[in-house]
Amino acid sequence: MTARTLYDKLWDAHVVRQEDESTALLYIDRQLVHEVTSPQAFEGLRIANRQPWRREAMLAVPDHNVPTLGRRDNGLDGIDDPVSREQVSTLDKNCAEFEVIEFRMNDIRQGIVHVIGPEEGFTLPGMTIVCGDSHTSTHGAFGALAFGIGTSEVEHVMATQTLMQKKAKNMLVRVNGHVGAGVTAKDIVLAIIGKIGTAGGTGYTIEFAGEAIEDLSVEGRMTVCNMAIEGGARAGIVAVDQKTIDYVKGRPFAPQGEMFEQAAAAWRDLHSDAGAHFDCVVELEAADIIPQVSWGTSPEMVVSVAAQVPNPDEENDAVKASGMRKALAYMGLEAGQPIDSINVDKVFIGSCTNSRIEDIRAAAAVIKGRKKADSVMLAMVVPGSGLVKQQAEQEGLDKVFLAAGFEWREPGCSMCLAMNADRLEPGERCASTSNRNFEGRQGQGGRTHLVSPAMAAAAAIAGHFVDVRSF
Amino acid sequence: MQAFTQHTGIVAPLDRPNVDTDAIIPKQYLKSIHRTGFGPNAFDDWRYLEPGEPGMDHSQRKPNPDFVLNQPPYDRATILLARENFGCGSSREHAVWALDGFGFRAVIAPSFADIFFNNSFKSGMLPIVLSAEMVDKIFKAIEAEPGLQLTIDLEHKTIRGLGDTVIEFNVDDFRRYCLLNGLDDIGLTLRHADAIRDYETQRKVSAPWLF
Repeated sequence: MTARTLYDKLWDAHVVRQEDESTALLYIDRQLVHEVTSPQAFEGLRIANRQPWRREAMLAVPDHNVPTLGRRDNGLDGIDDPVSREQVSTLDKNCAEFEVIEFRMNDIRQGIVHVIGPEEGFTLPGMTIVCGDSHTSTHGAFGALAFGIGTSEVEHVMATQTLMQKKAKNMLVRVNGHVGAGVTAKDIVLAIIGKIGTAGGTGYTIEFAGEAIEDLSVEGRMTVCNMAIEGGARAGIVAVDQKTIDYVKGRPFAPQGEMFEQAAAAWRDLHSDAGAHFDCVVELEAADIIPQVSWGTSPEMVVSVAAQVPNPDEENDAVKASGMRKALAYMGLEAGQPIDSINVDKVFIGSCTNSRIEDIRAAAAVIKGRKKADSVMLAMVVPGSGLVKQQAEQEGLDKVFLAAGFEWREPGCSMCLAMNADRLEPGERCASTSNRNFEGRQGQGGRTHLVSPAMAAAAAIAGHFVDVRSF
Repeated sequence: MQAFTQHTGIVAPLDRPNVDTDAIIPKQYLKSIHRTGFGPNAFDDWRYLEPGEPGMDHSQRKPNPDFVLNQPPYDRATILLARENFGCGSSREHAVWALDGFGFRAVIAPSFADIFFNNSFKSGMLPIVLSAEMVDKIFKAIEAEPGLQLTIDLEHKTIRGLGDTVIEFNVDDFRRYCLLNGLDDIGLTLRHADAIRDYETQRKVSAPWLF
């Protein structure tokens, strides 16, 4: 049998029907649902008088719109904005009508859709997983084929449990060797995007491999796969190892007992075969990666904290140089300015990229016994789920943040995309652990710098970017 | 879905790479639970001078005179021309609905982000990939002849209107067939319901933990 990549294996196992050489009807094992990209899909089912093909294959949660202040036990009444409230209440009604499992706002299991899937064991190795959200790539950390889709496809999966898909090409990103202390999964993935560019992975599924990826915890791998889409790839994947299996074991939706052992045995084959063909191979040396800070308005506009803001005059590609000039103007930065001289107004620790317990621990470790700089007007921590929040509180981490002058909030997407009340005002500069630094992403006119949780925490204390390794 | 066969219209030059879906339709408008009504807010941050919120009367807001889609005749454009990696970022199909609401029927660029590209076909919007050189040529042609109109023929996969040049483009056969006929994907897939059930029956044996 020919050697296959992990992506090939996942693809082959889900083909219902081959349409032509590269297109197939693919079976979808799980669909995660949230309030923003689902109302029109449910409406479509209703109009066509269709029922979900397999309702138990769906798990719904409101996350994008939910407030992070105030008590959650008020449920919908806790949402001040009437438009947001209507969207969340529409999800509640749709899930009740179509009998879809939903963790409502007042459920402790509520949280960011990409945090709760793995947390609940709803995400399992070897699955195909979709969601109307581009960061669905996160679940690839489990050796699953997971990718974001639009609302029409959300409806298609609801109605048929399948998607018509064109097979992507295989890309291998190998991070050789081991990263130094203070260098995290976020720095690794930002360095990868800096190297391949924001469209480098377009048309590919990226498998992340190498010692530095093997070294990462499953949560760290989620951070890396989460941002595959920022490198243009709809899906990022990591091979299954013992860490993956240990992580899944015992979670509520995961198989139990003998069934778990049977599943785990199958999961151990979820890696690329020796000699499998990749259409593109990219290699990075882990030892070269130092903490990263984005400076522009695209995730590829990223440099190390020790570097300076790049100069567009030194860029040969005219289209790129013009993009860089627009970015510098928007960001209010000068070429040549040292990154560690950039002051921040706000700090956001959260999002589907970096809001899991290890992220919160990493930020707390930097902050412990220190105070946020007076010049930083807001530093906030938004845990990824109610259960992450509970865990952090059991470890006393909330008190570490509160003592340092941070705000400790309720779970949700929050200021990653600012659909709720958490946002930047025009011109405000933010050290953010989220995934996108697009213009206006965190609020119109807001300026986003993407960093790791430890780097965001250090910036909050110093008032400007600083190399967390010497902090 | 609306069918796409042949279309002639004004081409608006949006000279930027990496136009992301946050720019195409900012997040505050994603709170809508409908598929329509996004047109007035396409490129909202670039298009208006003051920030916008859902529920405003957008016709009363001050347009940004520097933004190309506010400059006649591009306010009536139906074909959008942009640089590489158009539609990157968020999976929001609202971006396609917003372009459609503005009046666009097609987008031409050297490359598209995968999710946006997929989403386009679902709303009868045609994304056309041309070489960076050809895209640059069209930008220059518009500069020389503002208000340039092109005719896109999906049946024959050609674009006319750039002097005597007939530009050819590629599009996946299955997608072309669906778009030409305005076919509903779900209806097409459900013709294979038996194959889906057979797959499930076999998977329940080989991987029972998935069910």
